[in-house]
Amino acid sequence: MTKADIIDRVCDVVGGFSKKEAADLVEKIFDVMKQTLETGEKIKISGFGNFLVREKKPRPGRNPQTGTEITIEARKVLTFKPSPVLKQALNQPLDAPLPGAGDRP
Amino acid sequence: MGVVPASVRVPGGRVVTKSELIEVVAQEANLTKGRAELVINTIFEAMVDALRRDEGIEIRGFGSFTVRQYKPYEGRNPRTGDTVHVAPKRLPFFKVGKDLRKRINGERPEGAPPPRRREPPKPAQVVPQGAKAPARPGPGVSEDVI
Repeated sequence: MTKADIIDRVCDVVGGFSKKEAADLVEKIFDVMKQTLETGEKIKISGFGNFLVREKKPRPGRNPQTGTEITIEARKVLTFKPSPVLKQALNQPLDAPLPGAGDRP
Repeated sequence: MGVVPASVRVPGGRVVTKSELIEVVAQEANLTKGRAELVINTIFEAMVDALRRDEGIEIRGFGSFTVRQYKPYEGRNPRTGDTVHVAPKRLPFFKVGKDLRKRINGERPEGAPPPRRREPPKPAQVVPQGAKAPARPGPGVSEDVI
């Protein structure tokens, strides 16, 4: 699935948008998300998951090809934590019922 | 510098929820909130549907989502030693796109040229210099992905 498919879906489901308008809108939505994350803010999309920027400290590492020791610099990484709802949705096969998601600590 | 106006920022500026995203998008795109909500819900529903179909998602400039399948296996209850069947499971993984990863790290493509030699674009984790970056994240999930 690409942005184009998402745009088509928006056109089909929402209606009232030209392809171009829907495309601009989808672009804008991801832009807003990017800019939000860029400022270090977290995004919570209920039913989907959370996007979180984490700061990684520098740590010693090695070039696996040469064995040279180097320092992996401090950096920020974006992590995605899927919502339990999404995890459940992915694990709802049409045939077998799964053990309840909430019955483990 | 973010697009999120201070008015809709959570105090402390840490979390933006879906409803805040809806507000911002409604403002910026001149839509009613109801319509912005419908659009945003549609987008995430489309994404969930794709993942349920085992279809990956690629959002250029943002990142990609894949579904990893874990095979069923016979595990054991450590307390009793009984064999238990562990059902197959699928989990979604997100990999940040290059553009967004750079932006998060304060590099701007349109600004002063980033110091390319010191920070090769690909690596991110254990492979900082010279090494060829793997084409895709293998089963060993890098810290960047988790």
